[in-house]
Formats: sequence, structure tokens, C-alpha cells
Amino acid sequence: MKIHIKNGQVIDPKNNINDKLDVFIAAGKIVSIGTMPDGFVATKTIDATNLTVCPGLVDLSARLREPGDEYKARLASELQAAVAGGVTSLACPPDTDPVLDEPGLVEMLKHRAKQQGLAHVYPLGAMTRQLKGAALSEMNELHTAGCVGFSQANIAVTDTQVLWRAMEYAATFGFTLFLHAEEPFLAAKGVAHDGEVATRMGLKGIPSAAEALALASILRIAQETGASVHISRLSTAEGVAMVRAAKAQGLKVSCDVSANHLLLTEHDIAYFDANCHLKPPLRTQRDKAELSAGLKDGTIDAICSDHTPVDDDAKLAPFAEAEIGATGLELLLPLTLKWAAQEKVSLPHAIERITKASANILGVAAGDLSPNSNADLCIFDANEYWKVSPKTLKSQGKNSPFTGLELAGKVKFTLVNGQVVYHD
Amino acid sequence: MNNPQLDTDGQLRHLLSIEGLPKKILNQILDTAESFVGVAEREVKKVPLLRGKTVCNLFFENSTRTRTTFEIAAKRLSADVISLNVSTSSQSKGETILDTVDNLIAMHADMFVVRHAQSGAAHLIAKHVPPHIHVINAGDGRHSHPTQGLLDVFTIRKYKPELHNLRVAIVGDVLHSRVARSEIHALTTLGVPEVRVIAPKTLLPAQVEKLGVHVYHDMDEGLKDVDVIMMLRLQNERMNGAMLPSSEEYFKTYGLTPERLALAKPDAIVMHPGPMNRGVEIDSTVADGKQSVILPQVTYGIAIRMAVMAILGGGTGAAL
Repeated sequence: MKIHIKNGQVIDPKNNINDKLDVFIAAGKIVSIGTMPDGFVATKTIDATNLTVCPGLVDLSARLREPGDEYKARLASELQAAVAGGVTSLACPPDTDPVLDEPGLVEMLKHRAKQQGLAHVYPLGAMTRQLKGAALSEMNELHTAGCVGFSQANIAVTDTQVLWRAMEYAATFGFTLFLHAEEPFLAAKGVAHDGEVATRMGLKGIPSAAEALALASILRIAQETGASVHISRLSTAEGVAMVRAAKAQGLKVSCDVSANHLLLTEHDIAYFDANCHLKPPLRTQRDKAELSAGLKDGTIDAICSDHTPVDDDAKLAPFAEAEIGATGLELLLPLTLKWAAQEKVSLPHAIERITKASANILGVAAGDLSPNSNADLCIFDANEYWKVSPKTLKSQGKNSPFTGLELAGKVKFTLVNGQVVYHD
Repeated sequence: MNNPQLDTDGQLRHLLSIEGLPKKILNQILDTAESFVGVAEREVKKVPLLRGKTVCNLFFENSTRTRTTFEIAAKRLSADVISLNVSTSSQSKGETILDTVDNLIAMHADMFVVRHAQSGAAHLIAKHVPPHIHVINAGDGRHSHPTQGLLDVFTIRKYKPELHNLRVAIVGDVLHSRVARSEIHALTTLGVPEVRVIAPKTLLPAQVEKLGVHVYHDMDEGLKDVDVIMMLRLQNERMNGAMLPSSEEYFKTYGLTPERLALAKPDAIVMHPGPMNRGVEIDSTVADGKQSVILPQVTYGIAIRMAVMAILGGGTGAAL
């Protein structure tokens, strides 16, 4: 199959391309951008007039709910959601049931994902067995099975000795640890940012200090052990400042923010909107502004969707009892565009945060349109608005704080390995 | 976003929280309650405002006093009343809140009085029910207990009609208290110029001053020259742990004794939402003393609850 993508505005941050150019694809790879190779005869032509052509998006955190939580979502539904959102590669956290701490499980997940022939799935293995924070998992075996890094999902390691050992061990083999910074005792039973809104609504708060304390431990131990650490879903202004300082010190640290935290604050909980029950909690206007500033200056490397599909019933409960999470794969692109528009960030800079920057963190070959790279592309209309609703979302999880909103940025075509896997 | 408590004409549709209600509506409820106070003193303690309507008390959390006063209020309005302690029935069988509500709607309940241990439960139900059904929050988690807040300001108004000249102190576990939140919103909305909260830092929520209150940690200082003292109940489980070292120490530092009461204005009134822990937050001589209005609070609570139900049910007291 040879594909010719015509007349699109090509944005490839890695190669500094932002031009109206044609893209030529053969045998699943990018062959050329701009000039048609000699003797190229397209078997398929995609007219991308008025559309943007960029590398397929790379999402650092998307829960697919398999194995174990199929009533919330399935691989098939979520990978369809991924490509409908232009996401062609994604990392999934290990908090499945059973937990991704066995090579066999990882192999099966990789295999089943591959059978779908949609987005590439890169599992994050459990850092400790059953995520219990006690014994290390078999990181090498898991790596061989396909894990690109190791994570504790939302479960904190309270024993700093274990955290230290995990970092030493991971550093030995050059593995990156993906850690969410939240001190579990301060956060216990908390469901919202510990501030004015939680006070008014009578919700148990999670203070910003819970993030700062956990981050202080993680960064300090990373410094001692030389481990490579990725901080998942930063939520506070103080956290941004701490990561900025750690980077200036030369630590091997990267971090991301979820699209939700980039655009929402505690006030969006409004009248107990359970779709805003997220982990970490939505924080203040000032935190949101600092997250945005951190993303602009490179302190925060990437934006993730934090895709967490939840079944409808699980959200039909009082705020604190409603299950945590929001669907996100199909919103990553439009929310990133919304952020870029609000903050006057250039399109290539914004796109880089959801393509090359996240691919670099995962250490996978994705996120750019260099010749000979996999032809994973997202072709979208930056100006077409669509309404977020249970009907428009492909994900089995229909829960979103953005439900009812019109967002700009509609994916028209998604290509994976040179195959059109989604067409609007 | 639309205020879920009001309909499109700005009339009360549900009573979920004092916060977000205009002063006009609070006064409407208080004035209506005024007309119901006399009903209890009549030979026939009934008015026919809710005849043929079914009020359903849905208590997911145990309560005797609040449930009873709602029951009495509904019966005095001639409604049929069903009271369900759901904590001991279907919830333990795994039924969700909304399933329980749907079942009762199928039995043609017209009004729900809801208590639940989680903040936002009444909002959840209000969002779910069809337009002709009304929801009254009888306490949700730490969030709100609007009829308690209303009956407290009603009581204050009875003894101290000039709300614009009052200094009010709320003492105790504000952190966990839906009563405190409702009192604060009711007092500030009605124009009480100075509302104080007095508690150790462990019992105050983050940024409580943003609710429009002055924070005191010293009981003696906080009580100085106040007109009204509103005590809060201290739950047993808070007393010996990381919140407070002991009930004895709490009583020594924050208990309302006759000596401390003397720091307030000579004609200050003492209130408590009940049930009281004598010797923990309040000394018996104060609770039973001449400045105490704790029992009148209970009496007025019925009038307030009648007023809320009558307004929601469509009557305004004109049929009296």
C-alpha cells in the first residue's frame, strides 16, 4: 500500500517542519515529505486540504482496563477510542486485575492489543509485586516481555527503603520509573484539593503538601541512586517548582500533566460533579497557571490524557463514593489545542508535548515523521468543533468533566503502520 | 451552571444547601415558619397544606431527632409520611441510592427528606428526580444541614431580632460539621456583621476564613462580647486520636462553662444543635441555664421544617 497525503499542513516538531507539504508512505513507513519519490505510484490518496498532518499522538497514561475490569472498558473499545483521538501509541499503567507484574500477563496484553491492529500499546510493569510496595517485581523479565518502564499507578510506596532499592535496581538496568507523587497518609480518604472549595462542600481535602512531600522523597532518592524518574500527573505549583529545581540540578527527571489539570480547577466540581473526581484532585487557579507555565518552559515535558474509563453506575454516587477517573483518549488532542489557544502557544510546540516529548520519555520509536519511521499519523481539522457526549465518544467510559462542551480539533484520519485505522 | 435548588423563575425547588440561596428566600422560609409556630399550640395541631401528598424520609444515616421533627412537621401539614432507615435495609443488600429513590418514586412519593453520610448525596438525588418531586437535605456528610441552619437563625431572630447588630460565635468541630457550614451561610446571608469560629486548628477546615468568618483559637478571647454562642457537637470518634488528645483536655480548653459564658454579653444566648455531650463541649449548668435556648431550637425546628415543606409543596401558608 502506497499512500499519498496531499495538501495538508504538516507539523513535525522533531524535524522542525510546519509547512504545507505532501507526505508519501510505502510499506508502512514514511518515505518522503515534500517531494514525491521517483516512480512513486499511490494506491491511495488522502486529500488533507485544510487539515493538519502530524505524528500520531503518544499518550503516557491510558487505562485500557484489561485484564480484569472489562465491565468498565475493553481493549477493543479503548483502542478504537485511541485511534479516534489520533493516539497511535500509548502507555498503560499496571493497575489491572491481576496487576501487570508477571511477564506472561504482559505478553498476553501485548498480543491481544496487537491483534486489534489499532494503536501500539506499551505496558508499564508493576514496580513492586502486586503494587504492594514491598517486594520488587522481575523488572528484567517484564522488560523482555514488553514493559517500557515501571510504575506504581496511583499506589504510593510508603517504605522509603523499598523505593530506594527499586530506584537502585531500575538504575542498574537503565529502566525509567513512572511515579505519581502523593503522600498517602496526608491524602487518606481525601477527594478534593484541601482548600476553599473542599471546605465549602464539606469534602475531605488532599493538601498540596501531599504532593510536595512525596516529590521530595522521590527526587532525593533519585539523586542518591541516579535513577531515571518520570513524575506522572503533577498537580501543584510547588511540584512544578520542585521539578524545575531538580532538572536544573541535573537529575534524570521528567514529568507530565494531565489535560484535565491543565484546563480545570477545583471550582469545576461545581455542584458535586462526580466526573471531576480525579486523581490527583483538581487544584487552584494558581496551580493551574503554574502547570501551564511549567509546560511552556519545558519543566513539564508532556501532556497525558490520564484516560480512566469508568462505568456509568460507578459515577452515580455521592462525590466521595463515585469512582475516580475520566475518559480522555479522544480529548487529548482537542484539550491540548484548547490549552495552546488559551495560552497563545504555537501549534508545533503544543503538538510536540503529545508526540515527540512523550515518545522520548517512553523511549519508543514514535512521535515524529522522519524518513523511514513508522507511518503513524494523525490528520485533523483544527477548526472543526465537536460536542463531547456519550454518543460522540467511542470509549466505553462516557465520564468526562467536559461532557456537553464543544471542542475544536476533530480527527479525520488516523494511520498506524501506514494503514488507515480510523476515518471520520 | 444553574443553581439546582431554584427553578427557572427563581423559586425554591429543592432545599439542598443554604449557600446559593438568596436572602429573599431565606426570609420567605423564616416568615412562613413564623406563621406555623402557632399551629402547635392549637387544639387541632394540623393544617391541610400537604393533604394527599406523600413525604418520604430517606435516612441513609441514623438520626432520631431530625427524622422525628421532619415526621411531625409533615404530619402537621396533613401529609402521609413514610420513614425509611435505609442504612439498615436495602443499602446493606447492595442497592444504590438512586435505585432506592427510583423505587420510592414508583410508589408515588412527592417529597424526599434525605440524610446521608456523604457530602453531595442530596444533590445527587435532586439531579436524578423528575421535576415534580422535591428534595430536602436533612444533612449530607460535612456539607450542609440547611433546616438546622434555618432553625438556628429563626431562634436567634426570636431572641435577638436585630441581626444587623449581632456578634455570633460558633464553637467546636467546624471541620466535620455540616451544621456549622449551614449556620455560617445563613448568618452571613442574613447580614450578621460578625461571625466567629472558635476551635483548635485540627478542627477547622482549610481556608475557613473564606466563608466570611473570623477565626479564634482562644476560647476566652473568642467569646468576648458575643451575643450568641452556638456550640457544636463533638463526635466521640474525634476525641481520642490525632484530632484531639482527650475529651478532658477539650473541655478544659473549649468547653462552655459558666465562667466562660460570663465573658459574653450578659444577655447572650446559648445554642446547641443536639445531641449534647454534657461535660465535653458544654457544662450542664450552662446547658440547662437561663441563657440556654436549646429546647426552643427543637420546637422551632418543627415550624421551619413545616415552612420548607409547605413552600416546596406549593402552599405558602395562605391556607392557614
